[in-house]
Amino acid sequence: MAVKEGGGLDPVKQFEVKELIPIQIGDINFAFTNVSLFMFVAVALVMLLMLLPTSGRANVPGRWQNIAEMAYEFAANMLRSTTGPDGMKFFPLVFSLFMFVLMCNLLGMFPYFYTVTSQIVVTFFLAMVVILTVIIAGIRQHGLAWFQVFVPSGVPGPIIPLVSAIEVISFLSRPISLSVRLFANMLAGHIMLKVFAAFVVSLSAMGALGVVGAILPLGMTVAITALEFLVSALQAYVFAVLTCIYLNDAVHTHH
Amino acid sequence: MISDPGDASQGPDRELEERRAKLAKQIAAHEAEEEAQRQADARATATASGYAQAFRLSTDFVAGVAVGAFLGFGFDWVFGTTPWLLIVFLLLGFAAGVLNVLRSAGLIQQPQVGHRPRGDE
Repeated sequence: MAVKEGGGLDPVKQFEVKELIPIQIGDINFAFTNVSLFMFVAVALVMLLMLLPTSGRANVPGRWQNIAEMAYEFAANMLRSTTGPDGMKFFPLVFSLFMFVLMCNLLGMFPYFYTVTSQIVVTFFLAMVVILTVIIAGIRQHGLAWFQVFVPSGVPGPIIPLVSAIEVISFLSRPISLSVRLFANMLAGHIMLKVFAAFVVSLSAMGALGVVGAILPLGMTVAITALEFLVSALQAYVFAVLTCIYLNDAVHTHH
Repeated sequence: MISDPGDASQGPDRELEERRAKLAKQIAAHEAEEEAQRQADARATATASGYAQAFRLSTDFVAGVAVGAFLGFGFDWVFGTTPWLLIVFLLLGFAAGVLNVLRSAGLIQQPQVGHRPRGDE
């Protein structure tokens, strides 16, 4: 169980960033931290999961090849159903994001492992990649006419500045909500898990009566662990689905 | 559908007709099966994503307000107009948040390019 924290009962200690290999270039600290380590681990695992089982290219897929194919099909269907066939050029981006976020979330469920997606700087960077892709792809496809998304049609002239301002703020809030949602879910879930687990430890230290009382929070911890697995998968899915929806705006002209 | 009643008695034609009817029946059965599967899948996704939907709507709203507040604060800082722009942009951000929520809930259409009344219509 992911319950006992090495350094006491502080529920946020798990998010501590530790420098593993200090690297200093100029004034900037490029240290290789435990966050970097787990990002590398996640990328390596995704690559292993995708490359190894599919290298055989068996016509009748084995267990692992089936997982890889299911992940591929899932992401491909998701993108195709939201953006249509012309959105498929973004498939590498969407699939990489989906697998990376999913793998990071699930890795965080292991005891003593670091949850990379509980750092807002990581999720915000991922969200910026998505939004910049939307802007660049939109401008490439429609030219400056793309900025018309901020001027909804059918709005009377005098209130266009007001509506445009609201639309611009709404657009700017997308990377915020995309990153905050993933980060907050993972952060809150892991803190909750640690808090309930800490109850078990401190209650059972109080003697026989405490041990009996600790059964309740222990049950909660087990339930929350299950919930966290659901949240891990769900948030990766939501991140990918919203990426698809935002990309849909970029590639689609009005039909 | 192609053969006359008079031709139906001919051997190869009737056989073809029978085979076609059988195939059509098989295809219909298969399609019905697939449709049922698709609906079951859709239902499963709907229940699983209820929680995600709730979280999504709330963050969409909060993000709108937060961006409005941030912009207002920033403009105030640049132009030295504290606190007026913060108030204005907070209200705009509130509107943007509501817009985000309505869009996420699918009640309002997404903005789209190339649909301007004064441009090309």
